[in-house]
Amino acid sequence: MTRRLVLLACVVLLALIPILNLLPDASPFHVSDFIVSICGKWICYAILALALDLAWGYAGILSLGHGAFFALGGYAIGMHLMRLIGPRGVYGHPILPDFMVFLGYTELPWYWLGFDWFIFAFAMALVVPGLLALVVGYLAFRSRITGVYLSIITQALTYALMLAFFRNDMGFGGNNGFTDFKELLGMPLNTPATRSVLFYASLVVLVLAYLMCAALTRTKFGRVLTAIRDAESRVRFLGYDVTQHKLFVFVLSAMLAGVAGALYVPQVGIINPGEFSPGNSIEAVVWVAFGGRGTLVGAILGAFSVNAIKTWLTSFAPDLWLIVLGCLFIAVPLLLPRGLIGLLRRGGGK
Amino acid sequence: MSGNSLYLDGVSVVFDGFQALNNLSLVVEPGELRAIIGPNGAGKTTMMDVITGKTRPTKGTVRFGESDLTRMDEASIAMLGIGRKFQKPTVFDALTVFENLELALKAPRGPIPCLRWRLNGEARTAIERTLAEIGLTERARDRAGLLSHGQRQWLEIGMLLMQDPQLLLVDEPVAGMTDHETELTATLLRGIAGARSVVVVEHDLEFVRALGHRVTVLHEGSVLSEGSIDHVQNDQRVIEVYLGR
Ligand SMILES: Nc1ncnc2c1ncn2[C@@H]1O[C@H](COP(=O)(O)OP(=O)(O)O)[C@@H](O)[C@H]1O
Ligand SMILES: [Mg+2]
Repeated sequence: MTRRLVLLACVVLLALIPILNLLPDASPFHVSDFIVSICGKWICYAILALALDLAWGYAGILSLGHGAFFALGGYAIGMHLMRLIGPRGVYGHPILPDFMVFLGYTELPWYWLGFDWFIFAFAMALVVPGLLALVVGYLAFRSRITGVYLSIITQALTYALMLAFFRNDMGFGGNNGFTDFKELLGMPLNTPATRSVLFYASLVVLVLAYLMCAALTRTKFGRVLTAIRDAESRVRFLGYDVTQHKLFVFVLSAMLAGVAGALYVPQVGIINPGEFSPGNSIEAVVWVAFGGRGTLVGAILGAFSVNAIKTWLTSFAPDLWLIVLGCLFIAVPLLLPRGLIGLLRRGGGK
Repeated sequence: MSGNSLYLDGVSVVFDGFQALNNLSLVVEPGELRAIIGPNGAGKTTMMDVITGKTRPTKGTVRFGESDLTRMDEASIAMLGIGRKFQKPTVFDALTVFENLELALKAPRGPIPCLRWRLNGEARTAIERTLAEIGLTERARDRAGLLSHGQRQWLEIGMLLMQDPQLLLVDEPVAGMTDHETELTATLLRGIAGARSVVVVEHDLEFVRALGHRVTVLHEGSVLSEGSIDHVQNDQRVIEVYLGR
């Protein structure tokens, strides 16, 4: 119960942020643009954390490649945003985005077709991560690859995608990725109004994602996942097709991560292959571990608190962050095996 | 009593030249409760492995009713209604006792049916009946991780019962149990036999006596003696190799 209240308080506080941003600068309750944009980002991270927690915290699939699903979702919406620039690029080409003109493309590659439509792009932000998870998951789970081997494979996956997206001939803008977006759904980006809309859209998705995950974990399917996490072969003995169950949750989780990425990119205004870097996926694991894996509220709290620490730290000692991240990675399992939520439970009873 | 007999005839298992089972023959009638005893290395676990399809016999016949178990894999043998409890109990600690039984209940097992699953009256009754059988009704809402060693063993037996087996194989159920738990386990196994056959492998002679049914003594991979506990305890060959050590 305490957990639910904490979550509700967080959501209410977050919902107030864009409103407080409207207050005059002089007001003691005024919230800066910086806070609005950074909280908008963190909400997307929290959705990613939920997705990862579903796979790792419940089903025991420790993916070190969830950043890849997030980035693919971001690229899908980024392609749409690029299409919306139209002839307003620096080169003023009527059809092609600037980077394609620069690289000497004469026509739009086939896989860019359809991205003119928001609905299509948004669907791709779900479908592409989902399909990738389906293929990778099928191969891995069918061969009963678990534990650290699975982690290594997923880490390699995101690294390979990073290298691929760095290439100019992939048709995704190479190392510059996509940026200079103009508008989305008719709203010019980078206005306070659009920022608020994106912020609230992300918050709504976070709440919906939480409710979906909470409902799912309370079904028998959720209990099968927990059972798989704790004793996979015993579940198999009971006659369950463990591969199917893991695949189902892994694909769902990847799709949710894709949505998070799709909400993230319009807010930050850029997507590039750095988003695939292995470190991002590892950071996401740290959020979940820090907040408390296997509890959805914990995953959300973890995403916010670790990112708050990161932002605070990088403002005066950017070099320290990686060291702190490493320390968290080691210290959390030892000192806080159940994460922040564990503290909450100890403090506030059940 | 309808049901199938378990029938082993002339079964031998050789591991790298080592004869783990040697021309073993054994019949377990439907509804029977049979205790198997024998010194360490006598081949008791190997015998269970052969019945459940984990190990293939080098020669011999293994039948359950009309089915030839030597030609079936583990999953199909389990589907046939042969359940096995391993020595080490594996229940799902994070789930409640009730939920553990619910997972074992016969029901469609794919992700979508599990997402849609609603506990109906029939399922609830089946689970509650098993809870009563294994004496854990009071603990239904507790997490399995909180159970004592003995209770975990019962829960696992309960999970096997949920799958409605015709034959239950139980390997050393009372190892590590308190005297009181051992007594309750004997009562439990006596209670569940009858409606299905139960084969119990055990070291503990007091326990076997408490079961009060037919006993088979294994030694070096074959049957040394068979009969009531009093009969085998007075059998000179048994005393030599086992009891009189
Ligand atoms: N997979 C195996 N490979 C080689 N030897 C085995 C194997 N399984 C069992 N054995 C041997 O077969 C003999 C019988 O073992 P087991 O059936 O476990 O005896 P029990 O359960 O009666 O103590 C033992 O000597 C054991 O070492
Ligand atoms: Mg044994």
